[in-house]
Amino acid sequence: MNSAAVQLDGITKNFGRTEIIRGVDLVIKPGERHAMIGPNGAGKSTLFNLISGRLMPTAGTIRLRGEDITGLRPYEVNRRGLSRSFQVTNIFPRLSVWENVRCAVLWSMGYKYSFWHNIDRLTDVRERTEQILRQINLLDRLHLPAGVLTYAEQRALEIGITVGGGAEIILLDEPTAGMSHAEAEHAVALIKKLSEGRTLLVIEHDMGVVFDLADRISVLVYGKIIASDEPAKIKANRAVQEAYLGTAA
Amino acid sequence: MSETVQTASLPRSSSSVMGFVRSYGIWVAAFALIFILPRIFTSGFALTAMSLMGITIIFSLSYNMLLGQAGMLSFGHAVYYGLGGFLAVHAMNAIASKGIAVPLPVIPLIGGITGLIFGIIFGSVSTRRGGTAFAMISLGLAELVASCALILRSFFGGEEGITTNRTKLLRLFDLNFGPQYQVYYLIAFWCLICVIAMYALTRTPFGRMCNAVRENFERSEFVGYNPQLIRFIAFCLAGFFAGIAGSLAAINFEIVNSSYVGAVQSGQVLLAAFIGGVGSFIGPVLGAVLVTYLQLTLSDITEVWQLYFGLLFVGMVMFAPFGMAGILMLHAPLLRAGTLWRLLPYYVIAFVPTLIMLTGFCLLIELTVHVMVKASDGPMMSFLRVTFDSHSFAPWAVSAALIATGYGLLRLIWPRVESAWNDAMSLARQRGGVA
Repeated sequence: MNSAAVQLDGITKNFGRTEIIRGVDLVIKPGERHAMIGPNGAGKSTLFNLISGRLMPTAGTIRLRGEDITGLRPYEVNRRGLSRSFQVTNIFPRLSVWENVRCAVLWSMGYKYSFWHNIDRLTDVRERTEQILRQINLLDRLHLPAGVLTYAEQRALEIGITVGGGAEIILLDEPTAGMSHAEAEHAVALIKKLSEGRTLLVIEHDMGVVFDLADRISVLVYGKIIASDEPAKIKANRAVQEAYLGTAA
Repeated sequence: MSETVQTASLPRSSSSVMGFVRSYGIWVAAFALIFILPRIFTSGFALTAMSLMGITIIFSLSYNMLLGQAGMLSFGHAVYYGLGGFLAVHAMNAIASKGIAVPLPVIPLIGGITGLIFGIIFGSVSTRRGGTAFAMISLGLAELVASCALILRSFFGGEEGITTNRTKLLRLFDLNFGPQYQVYYLIAFWCLICVIAMYALTRTPFGRMCNAVRENFERSEFVGYNPQLIRFIAFCLAGFFAGIAGSLAAINFEIVNSSYVGAVQSGQVLLAAFIGGVGSFIGPVLGAVLVTYLQLTLSDITEVWQLYFGLLFVGMVMFAPFGMAGILMLHAPLLRAGTLWRLLPYYVIAFVPTLIMLTGFCLLIELTVHVMVKASDGPMMSFLRVTFDSHSFAPWAVSAALIATGYGLLRLIWPRVESAWNDAMSLARQRGGVA
């Protein structure tokens, strides 16, 4: 019986002859907030792409709550309760804010490919969409095309789409990238609120955010995890200091 | 909760009379309109035109399910239209010769199912890819079917096509569908059903996800949907409605031939949808009406009507990429704020030089065509009922003068139109008509 929310065993990924991910073992416990840090080009986003089904690993297995999901398509992974956001904002720019979030809630509420339900009469969908828009504080923007929102608002919408389907495991790829300090603080509060009762894996560069948010931290350097531990122990870890934090501290 | 008020502008189920009018009023009006139209326009030409419009409306809306709703640019949509037509004709002939008790009004369903089946077959190949690859595959499949239509003579009837007689089927309520007005009502009935069905489809979870896949294929995969499957379903349903349109055309003309599945037919539906505007549901309806009307009337006026048709398309792509519906939508906030009337005088003024310029262009085109193509007819030609010598200097000078005058005046007037537009728009904003 496997109790890990996400478990990676010997994951490698090659692009041609280049090894990007070189044997990653990782266990994310249910309900924990786990941060992934590491220098640029360490392979953090690639690892996210592997877990979420965007890329196929060259070797190794990925398990979601014990179930092998290696090689499944992104939508199959998503339907098993893992949802992700993107480093570069990835929304439906010409659809309204309302529609963006609504698209994200439809599958999980069981409407799937239905062409026999009138969408405007689905009270449960409307309520859920409204609830998410309120949480990400975009309720007063609901009629606008998502593409005209400010950057910070688009990032919030990105998170809203990610959590919309009610996935138990959330992967956020640099949710505060490119934000001002105030905006980032706001975003962290939002992430804390939305990840309550869920498992969170987040890539983040801002160390302040990482130590504020994470229960545990994994450090990825050149495609390998060199440490995976509680924040205080990561801070004290010599290998981490040399490889990464040393330059930052 | 106060926030819920903001979402009230999204349609909700309502039992009140106003709610009913808002939800279904437009369809009741449409029903009344198609019923009354033949009583207003009683000529044979009008009846034929309206019948063709009904067919084209279904066809271009089905095309818009691909291009407008799901973002698939197809160059071969006539395949499903034409095959629907062929199967309908074969079915009608078989039913008539064997004396099977099937009335004419259900024949379009046979065409629709044909379109659906071929949509499933061809769609399973073509919808695996999007964008350019999809467009190329659709073109290849269209060529394949078009060449089959000429080779498989027993089924497609070769150049002559296959004829049928719509009056030989089981009669219901003593309707034999001989007279055109009966055919018009048959087409109008199917048109209304199809339009309602296709509109309803856009308001379903599937319909909304079509838009999501069009907007961002990859993201839709990460909210639980298989975007390829969405495309495939949209493609099959578009084939279904195209098949209905094709079989109605077969019933209307009582003949199908290889041109039904041809590239010209595929191109025309693209033009109709695009000129009307693929960004909204009503666009292709407007486009279908306009294009059908132009096809019927222009071909009587000029031999190079397809050239004008092409120029209209180029003009729309360049100046109004969102089509006729896009132009109307642009004015919607002004109408709501009640500032549209301020703009109208300027439009009327701008219309005059535009008309002068267009007349000049048309004269130039007709002169060129007469000299280059119809030289054997002699130098005399007529334009707007004036007869003159196309080899003389005067008509060329007149056309140049018209173009120059029209263009000059338009340049002079345009800034005023623009500022009037800006004034009307800012006034509308003040009144809160613009979000």
